[in-house]
Amino acid sequence: MARERVRSLVRWEVGLVFALAAVIAFGVHSSPQFTTSFNVFYLNLSIGEIAIMALPMTLLIVTGEIDLSVASVLGMSSALVGDLYSRGWSMPLVIGTVLVVGAVAGWFNGFLVTRVGLPSLAVTIGTLTLYRGIAVIVLGPDTVSSFPEKYTNLGVTPLPHTGGYLSYSVGIFIVLAIVFGVFLHATSGGRSLFVMGANEEAARYAGIRVKRTKLVLFTVSGIVCALAGILYTFRLSTAVQDNGIGLELSVVTVVLLGGVSIFGGRGTIIGVVLAIAVFAGLQNALFLTDFEQRAMGVVTGTLLLLSVLIPNFSAFVARGREFVRRRGLRADGGEPAVQEAS
Amino acid sequence: MTTVGATTTPLGDVTNARRLVDLVFRAREFGIVVVLAILVFATASIESRFLDLSNVQFILVDTTIFALLALGQTMVVLTRNVDLSIGSVLGLSAFLSADLFGHHQGIPIALVFLAGLGIGAGCGLANGFLTVVGRVPSLVVTLAMLYIIRGIDVLVVGGGQVVASSLPNSFIEIPKKTVVGIPVLAIVVAGVVALGAYYLRSFRSGRELYAIGSNPDAARLAGIPSGRRVFTAFLVSGAIAGIAGVLYAAKYGTIDSTAGSGYELQVIAAVVVGGVAIFGGSGSVVGAALGALLLNTILSALYVLGVSPFWNQAIAGALLLGAIALDRGISLWLAAALRKRRTHLGA
Repeated sequence: MARERVRSLVRWEVGLVFALAAVIAFGVHSSPQFTTSFNVFYLNLSIGEIAIMALPMTLLIVTGEIDLSVASVLGMSSALVGDLYSRGWSMPLVIGTVLVVGAVAGWFNGFLVTRVGLPSLAVTIGTLTLYRGIAVIVLGPDTVSSFPEKYTNLGVTPLPHTGGYLSYSVGIFIVLAIVFGVFLHATSGGRSLFVMGANEEAARYAGIRVKRTKLVLFTVSGIVCALAGILYTFRLSTAVQDNGIGLELSVVTVVLLGGVSIFGGRGTIIGVVLAIAVFAGLQNALFLTDFEQRAMGVVTGTLLLLSVLIPNFSAFVARGREFVRRRGLRADGGEPAVQEAS
Repeated sequence: MTTVGATTTPLGDVTNARRLVDLVFRAREFGIVVVLAILVFATASIESRFLDLSNVQFILVDTTIFALLALGQTMVVLTRNVDLSIGSVLGLSAFLSADLFGHHQGIPIALVFLAGLGIGAGCGLANGFLTVVGRVPSLVVTLAMLYIIRGIDVLVVGGGQVVASSLPNSFIEIPKKTVVGIPVLAIVVAGVVALGAYYLRSFRSGRELYAIGSNPDAARLAGIPSGRRVFTAFLVSGAIAGIAGVLYAAKYGTIDSTAGSGYELQVIAAVVVGGVAIFGGSGSVVGAALGALLLNTILSALYVLGVSPFWNQAIAGALLLGAIALDRGISLWLAAALRKRRTHLGA
């Protein structure tokens, strides 16, 4: 059973590699600009914040939770950057404060989930509204765009020594991906997340501090999303209340597309990284073909549906086969098929 | 607590427990009415304009769309699912149905409502099918559908919009009609909500929605056709969102590709504030409609009191969180109370 599971996981990531190759082929086919450093840098910019926020989301979904408030935390952080800076605070102080606020926002999610005992789905739908609402209160209809060039340059210039291909946001993402990847796959703390997601009760009996760990994960998610909000603000050199609205869909999509099970207990950082590349490449290729940008939701939504339907479909087929096989062995039915826990 | 009445038979025990549960949930709805009354009284005492006929009419008409959406959402949430796509469905239906007037001069209004219903039912069908047959959590399905339907809306509408001048007067007048000062629309919607409440309370298939939400596995083992019921709930929710879209078109007249964005969150807030458990299995349509009325009254009160509308979203979010936490508290207390009673009787 375990080996079968590993094999299906490997298949998923191999599939992603093929998908990535197909996307690159499509991109090259649709525009000769696709592989230019200018375009790749643009692609970097469009995916950076989503990629960064996908990392803590991966860990949360692996433990069986979800954080739908990520884009609102990004928006709230962006609004705060604008507001605090326009009040004359120095930029390092602004950044520090915003990261702390992000941590508090994430902690609050985790507190409601782990200490009050509410489902994370309901909690984060609520805080999605609440945090975005705070962004609206903080900035109202105002736009702040007079940030110092030293900082906004981080958003629009490539990382040095990368040939103009990589943005700062993707550079940060790569560092964080390594940190999250090593934690998730190579430390006992990270491995314990899979146990929590697969069977929370068993994890508790095995002495894993489930609630404490989840609380930390939600807090980390808040900090990382605040960081994404700061980068987002610098990239656009603008703070408005609806910055990053709706990005939670893209974040959830890349995580599930990466082969992370929505039911928890399964997933890899490598898969998510590949999914991010597929997603960014597809979005960029479509952009080059003059696809209506505001309708990108059709593509993202369809990808999300496919990424949850395909693994379910194979499980469905497997269930059916198992059933037929068992029927064949015992003509009179025997025990009923075991229901899969949902 | 040494005497527990004369009926200590097992049957009496069950009846007693049920009475306690009933009482708590009726108290939950009654609580909303009390909060509503206090809110209206307090706001009116500060600013008497609040109770002007026109303002009350405005709140009622505003509530009708949300109360309708809350009805559909309640049916879905009762089965331990959620429908996040209703705002997009409403937007698509609002544009397509209103656009009919421009393309077909003199088209009967009933036909336009039927078109809205059809569009909504189509979307609901897709949601239900993917959730039930695809065995994918409804949250993911409807989140994806939220963006897919909105994207289709953007592609269909393009940069254009429907403007009020292209709509017939008899259509735009629908939300403005009143009987003895009460908007006709509010009366009709109240009737629809009452029908929905009757269905969920007294029909077998309505009760089964509660059973599915309380314990999906037990419901299946008890022979309830869970898949079909959940599918129907999504179908109804979509169809209602479609009709709400037509009403939206009649009310606002101007429809672009952003119509109804974010409505799903307000409706979920209304439903949960109205006492429908987000975990499924308990709550009522009347409560959900009262929740919608309360939410709209709060927003109107804030407006009348001169609080910036920029606070609306944060307040809706805070109310949603508060209501979920409150329900969690109530259910914990109720479980403890029932357990205590049972052990007491058993001793």
